[in-house]
Amino acid sequence: MPFIPHTDLETKEMLKEVNASSIDELFAEIPRALRAKDFNLPLGLNEMTMQKTAEQLAAKNKNLVCFLGAGSYEHHIPAAVWDIASRGEWMTAYTPYQAEASQGTLQLLYEFQTMMAELTGMEVANASMYDGATALAEAVLMSIRLQKNLPNPKKIIVPATLNPLYKATLNTLLSPLNIEIFTLDFAQKTGTIDINSLPDNKEGYSTLIISQPNFFGCIEKVNELTDWAHANQMLVIGCVNPTSLGLLTPPGKWGKKGADIVCGEGQPLGIFMASGGPYFGFLTTKLAYVRQMPGRIIGRTVDKNGKQGFTLTLQAREQHIRREKANSNICTNQGLLVTAATVYLSLLGPEGLKNVALAAHQNTMALVNKLAAIPGVSIPFKTPVFHEVVLTLPKSSKEVLNKLLERNILGGYPLDADYPLFKNSILVCATEMRTQEEIERYSLTLESILTTDKNNMLKEKTWN
Amino acid sequence: MNQLKYTKTHEWVRNDNLTVAVGITNHAQELLGDLVFIELPLIGKAVKKGDSVAVVESVKAASDVYAPISGTITEVNTALAENPALLNQDPYGSGWIMKLSMSNPEELNSLLQEEDYNLSIEEH
Repeated sequence: MPFIPHTDLETKEMLKEVNASSIDELFAEIPRALRAKDFNLPLGLNEMTMQKTAEQLAAKNKNLVCFLGAGSYEHHIPAAVWDIASRGEWMTAYTPYQAEASQGTLQLLYEFQTMMAELTGMEVANASMYDGATALAEAVLMSIRLQKNLPNPKKIIVPATLNPLYKATLNTLLSPLNIEIFTLDFAQKTGTIDINSLPDNKEGYSTLIISQPNFFGCIEKVNELTDWAHANQMLVIGCVNPTSLGLLTPPGKWGKKGADIVCGEGQPLGIFMASGGPYFGFLTTKLAYVRQMPGRIIGRTVDKNGKQGFTLTLQAREQHIRREKANSNICTNQGLLVTAATVYLSLLGPEGLKNVALAAHQNTMALVNKLAAIPGVSIPFKTPVFHEVVLTLPKSSKEVLNKLLERNILGGYPLDADYPLFKNSILVCATEMRTQEEIERYSLTLESILTTDKNNMLKEKTWN
Repeated sequence: MNQLKYTKTHEWVRNDNLTVAVGITNHAQELLGDLVFIELPLIGKAVKKGDSVAVVESVKAASDVYAPISGTITEVNTALAENPALLNQDPYGSGWIMKLSMSNPEELNSLLQEEDYNLSIEEH
C-alpha cells in the first residue's frame, strides 16, 4: 500500500502549477548535502530483536557528570511531574480541535499562562512557542508589527552576548524578510553590553534584544538598557532564563517602563535535556500589545449559566481566520511539555523556584572558586553571574574538554567557534544537581589534566 | 444616503469637499458580526488607493479596510477604539472610520454608485 497520497499525475499537475519541471528543481534551494541520499530502510525487526538492538544502543550511553549549560540545563525534575504529565488525558501536543470540549487542557494552559505572566512580571502570556530561539524570532516579528509606524521598523539591535544558536535562528527566520540586524558588541572586561558605548538611534532601530543572563552567564544592566531603548523609541525584548527569575528582577520591572515583550526557553522548567529537544518556548507581553501576539491564548470566561469556563480567545490573530495576514504560522505547539512545566512550577511554587535558582548560583560559585584556584585558570569577566561562568584555560579548550570527557565529565561549552577572541575559554555551569563531591572531582581532574600536560610540555622541551 | 460612493471591497466614501469620510458598509458589518476591535490608522499617514489602512475585528473574523481614495489621513474616529459596536449600530454615521484629504479627487469617479454596489453584493 502506498503511503504517499499523490498520484504521478497529481504530482505533475502541481509541479506545473508552480513552474517547476521536476521535484529536484522544486527542492533546488536545499543544499544537496542536506538532502536524503536514499530511503532504502532495512527490513522490520520483531519485538525481541528490536529490544536487544535498543539495549545495545543504550549501553553506548555514557553516564556523564554535566557541567554544560549554554542554553540547556540539567535540573532536578520531581518524579510527580512526568507521572502527571504522562497521564492519558494530557498526552497530546495539540490544543485540541473543538478546544472548548477539553476544559481540563484549556484550564492547564490558562494556569501556565498565569504563571509565566507572573514570573516575567508581564500582563499576558500565550500558550507556548516551539522553543526559546524561535520564540525570540517571533518576538522580533511582533515588535516590528508594533513599530510599523516608524520609517524603517525592520532594523533591530541584537547583542553579541546572545546565545549563538539563537543568533543563527534569527538569521534563518529574519533574513528572508529583509530584517536588518545590528550586532551590539560587549565590553571585553565585563562580558556585558557597555552602556557607555551605546549608539545613538539616528538609524531608527525599532527593537533592542536584551539577554538576561547573557550567554556568558553575566548579568546585564537591564534597567539602564531598557530606559535607553525606550528613550530612543525602541521596544525592548527580554530573552530570559525562567529559573533565573526566581532571583532576578522580572523583565516587567526593568527600568522605568519595563520590557515590552519577554520570551525564553522553557526547558529548565521540568523538561529533560534529551538530545537538545523537544523543548518549548514562552512569550509574554503587555496587554496593550496582545493583538500582535503570536500563538494561542486561553481566556477565562463564564458559560450561559454563569459558571467558570475556559476558551480560546483573540483568535482573529491566527491563521485559521486571518490566513496569510495572521500574526504567525505557529499553531500546534508544545502542549505536553507545557503540561510538565505547569506541574513543575505548581510543585515548586515561587519559594521552590527561588531555592533552585539560589542553589544553582551557589554551586556555580563554589565550582568556579575551585577551578579558578588552579594555576593558569582565570576568570575573564569580573561581573556578577547567575549560574554560568566563562573560564579561560592555559591551553586549547577543546583538548581539555575531550580529556575531561574521557573521565566522564562533561566539562562545559567551548567558546572559540562563536567568539574567536576567547579561543581557550569555556562556559561552565553547576546547577542544584551537582554535589560538592562532583564539584571536587571536576576540580581535581582538571588540575591533573593541566598539570600532566605541563609536565609533558616540560619533558618535550627538555627532549628537544 | 448623502451621496455615498462605494467600493467592491465594501468601503463607503462621503465627499465633503476634498476631504472624504470613509467607513464600511452595512452589508460588511452584517457579514462580520459583532465587532470587538478596530485598528485605526495613524493621522498624517499618506495612503494610496487600495492600501490596507485599518483592521476591523469581530468575534468571528478580521478584515482589512482598504483606502478607497489616495490621500492623507486627517482624522480617525477614536470613539471606535472605546466602543467598536458603534460600527455595527451606525455604519454610515457615528461608525465612520477615518477622514482623508484627497490627493487625486478624480479617483472618486472610479467608485461605485449605490445601485451598482447593491448589484455587486447580490452577485455574491
